[in-house]
Amino acid sequence: MSKVVDGLYYAATHEWVRVEGDYAFIGITDYAQDSLGEIVFVELPEVDDQLDKGEEFSTIESVKAASDILAPLTGTVVLINDELEDSPELINEDPYENWIVKVEMEDKSELNALLSASEYEESIE
Amino acid sequence: MYYSKTIFELGRKGRKGYSLPNEDYGQYELPTHLQRTESLDLPEVSELEAVRHYTNVSFKNFGIEKGFYPLGSCTMKYNPKINQDMSAIEGFHIHPYQSVKASQGLLELYYETQRILSELSGLDEFTLNPYAGAHGELIGLMIMKKYHQDRNDHKRTKVIVPDSAHGTNPASASVAGFESVEVKSNFDGTVNVEDLKKVLGDDIAGIMMTNPNTLGIFEKDICEIAKLVHDAGGLLYYDGANLNPLLGQVRPGDMGFDIMHINVHKTFSTPHGGGGPGAGPVGVKKYLSEYLPVPRVKKVEDQYTLELDNDTTIGQISHFYGNIGVIVKTYSFLLSVGKEYFKDISKFSTLNANYIKESLKEYYELPIKGICKHEFVFDGLKDKSTHVTTLDVAKRLLDYDVHPPTIYFPLIFKESLMIEPVESESKQTIDNFIEIMKKVALEAKETPELVKNAPYTTVVKRLDEAEAARNPKVKYKDIQHD
Repeated sequence: MSKVVDGLYYAATHEWVRVEGDYAFIGITDYAQDSLGEIVFVELPEVDDQLDKGEEFSTIESVKAASDILAPLTGTVVLINDELEDSPELINEDPYENWIVKVEMEDKSELNALLSASEYEESIE
Repeated sequence: MYYSKTIFELGRKGRKGYSLPNEDYGQYELPTHLQRTESLDLPEVSELEAVRHYTNVSFKNFGIEKGFYPLGSCTMKYNPKINQDMSAIEGFHIHPYQSVKASQGLLELYYETQRILSELSGLDEFTLNPYAGAHGELIGLMIMKKYHQDRNDHKRTKVIVPDSAHGTNPASASVAGFESVEVKSNFDGTVNVEDLKKVLGDDIAGIMMTNPNTLGIFEKDICEIAKLVHDAGGLLYYDGANLNPLLGQVRPGDMGFDIMHINVHKTFSTPHGGGGPGAGPVGVKKYLSEYLPVPRVKKVEDQYTLELDNDTTIGQISHFYGNIGVIVKTYSFLLSVGKEYFKDISKFSTLNANYIKESLKEYYELPIKGICKHEFVFDGLKDKSTHVTTLDVAKRLLDYDVHPPTIYFPLIFKESLMIEPVESESKQTIDNFIEIMKKVALEAKETPELVKNAPYTTVVKRLDEAEAARNPKVKYKDIQHD
């Protein structure tokens, strides 16, 4: 059973969002990392890149496949988790601790369209 | 025993595996300024050492000539030896600048191959110049682009690619300067017509499709799809990867496709893999033929000619004729099968796939029921309680001397295992494969650790794929010279 953490927002495409004020940390869920298998490479955006809701902002390569990671909301990248460049396996080890980007949200109301922990849990059952 | 030497580790300094007839020509010294100051780092082995080395290396290989190779989406059929004999005929080994008059035999073969491919596919004109399937895709899209541009229709910048399409399709679209637009597929991988309607418009240059699709299912709505795309001003591109089950039954040209490529290494038994040489002939409907790349082989009265350039072509996309040897093998296969027997290829490849599917569906999860074409996809083992994955099953098959099917493709399912047996296998071989697959399913249930740690009999055991991708070692080892 894949782990789902309370208090986060979730996209149906298996990304999570942790909100801190006007900022949001974005990562992929436990279900996503488990489906991908061992992750070997994370392609990161750059600071100041624009994220558009629903559009690809990162690509994660596992031993099985390369998958696009879609932006759950619109915003500007203020920080990237560059630890993932050398240690992509961190996402396998703890997908909720190892975020991919921190963004400044453009429109906080976009959060309303995302799923709650229980809704997401239901969707992956 | 695991043979792991490189040829540089063999032999001794000064040992030679050749002798030159210097008596006949005398001795000549190169001027000093042209001589090397350091010797070349070449292997110094006897002929026997060289022969043994490559024989040993060849034992590490797995090919269709060693065992069953049901690799889905790849059409790993037997390459009859007659193809090899034909391509070895000296008259086909011509200099690229040999005159047209002195190349009539080869030009005739090209012309006839184009004609037969047209007849089989329903596309009017062919070029045999492209080097491979993906190269064919690019050329097909360049033709599509030029067609729209010549009509001053510059807003068509997008190409539709279904999500079940081959990975090369969006890549080719991108290289040709198009943006690819994805349409979702139905549960069986067929194109969702309602979804297609939403993206069709005056910015669409065309659609790229494979039929039967990646799940081995025939696209039943193809005529409706063709009409919708044509009505919107777009063209239809057919990716020939899955042509095998259609041979002699139905033709892409008749379904409404305007452009296609053929993977001759799949459908027409030219050697497969290893980086080539390959060929990916491209066919088009009559109204697009003026755009085909040059040089073009044509027939004027009873002479074969080579058209080197014209005002409408997309240009030259290969050296000279493309890969002649591969085309000779294609022609050899086409003639040795013969017109009336092509339908047997499609019949038997389809029958073999369905026979395996039905025999194994109690053991492996079959997400799409019903009749398939030449290939089908299981979604892992039926009983997943022991957590044995598709990867484990694939590795265990190696212990039974079977090349594993394609795994984790298509991406539509989590544990995809894609099987394509082709027409060249006997019932005994297929029955044996079915028994092995059943046995592995049983092992997965009773002794899961056995399957999870497979393979045991191969020269290398279970590889750490993640470590290999994270920290690739691209150098074999340092070699000490004595």
